Amino acid sequence: MLIFSCQPNVSIETAQYAINGQKLYVTHCQSCHGSKGEGLGMLYPPLTDTTYLKENRGMLPRIIKSGMNGLIKINGKDYEGNMPGNPELTNVDIAYILTYITTTFGNSTDTYTQEEVKNNLVNYR
Amino acid sequence: MKLKLTTYVSAIVFSSVFVGCTETSETKLPIIGERATEERVVDGRTVVDTIYHQIPPFAFLNQDSVEITDRDFDDKVYVANFFFTHCPSICPTMQRNLLKVYEKYKDDERIAFLSHSIDFKYDSPSVLKSYAEKLGVTNDQWQFVTGEKKKIYGIADKYLVYTKEDQDAPGGYDHQSYLVLIDPHKRIRGAYDGTNDEQVAQLFDDLKTLLKEQ
Repeated sequence: MLIFSCQPNVSIETAQYAINGQKLYVTHCQSCHGSKGEGLGMLYPPLTDTTYLKENRGMLPRIIKSGMNGLIKINGKDYEGNMPGNPELTNVDIAYILTYITTTFGNSTDTYTQEEVKNNLVNYR
Repeated sequence: MKLKLTTYVSAIVFSSVFVGCTETSETKLPIIGERATEERVVDGRTVVDTIYHQIPPFAFLNQDSVEITDRDFDDKVYVANFFFTHCPSICPTMQRNLLKVYEKYKDDERIAFLSHSIDFKYDSPSVLKSYAEKLGVTNDQWQFVTGEKKKIYGIADKYLVYTKEDQDAPGGYDHQSYLVLIDPHKRIRGAYDGTNDEQVAQLFDDLKTLLKEQ
């Protein structure tokens, strides 16, 4: 309902993915990245850099699954640290989470599909 | 049986007096922890003092490798907690919330903050320094300390916060996310789950109440 009112352009499927994704986001991502994707100081980057999300769309499943090390530029600021991976998450879980992140914090209106997750996990190792 | 009844009646009398007091005077925060009594003689009369649970003296190393002791918190209200820098579960939320309190009272010398790392292996002063800077702490009002395992885990018991090294816990340590409110007499006046927004809001309220008491 909330999703519909905020993003009138998304399909019912996208909205469903985003709602499922929000629950997983709360469990796996929110402590560090915040309930509004705002991050925490310079410790954990925000997830609100729409350009980053768009340009690195293919890499996102690998970041969630395997984590990330080293320097990353978000909203023009350099963040350095280790993000732990979430190897226990399935492809559909990652599809839900990424649909939530990219449509809520980013400006995507598309579902991040399971197929996309599966292919991108192979393409970005 | 008689004793029980007496206790019961006196409890009622006591509680009604207590209610009577709270209606007329300002709200006071409870003093938490076990208490004992001590008798002493004043002007030929025996008076009974209540000895409240207090945080005992301590000495830890802070983010600048400087020794921080209980004396640094004399005459101050402070909020204490237990965390570790690479904690993947509750710490970021707890520290995000404590940061809000810090930002509200920044440069207010009546209030201080004390975060103890329970990861005595990894969280050296330089690691704590980097963490504090990245979190957004820019003065010495909020101290981040490390110390021997026995000392840190020992003081956690005194704050009534559960901490344990546990391989099965996320990040290797199990602990509670309480923000513990301490008064200038080193007594515990409140404990708030730092991951619960309602309890954090209560901390903001209680902090105001406690400052009025001073």
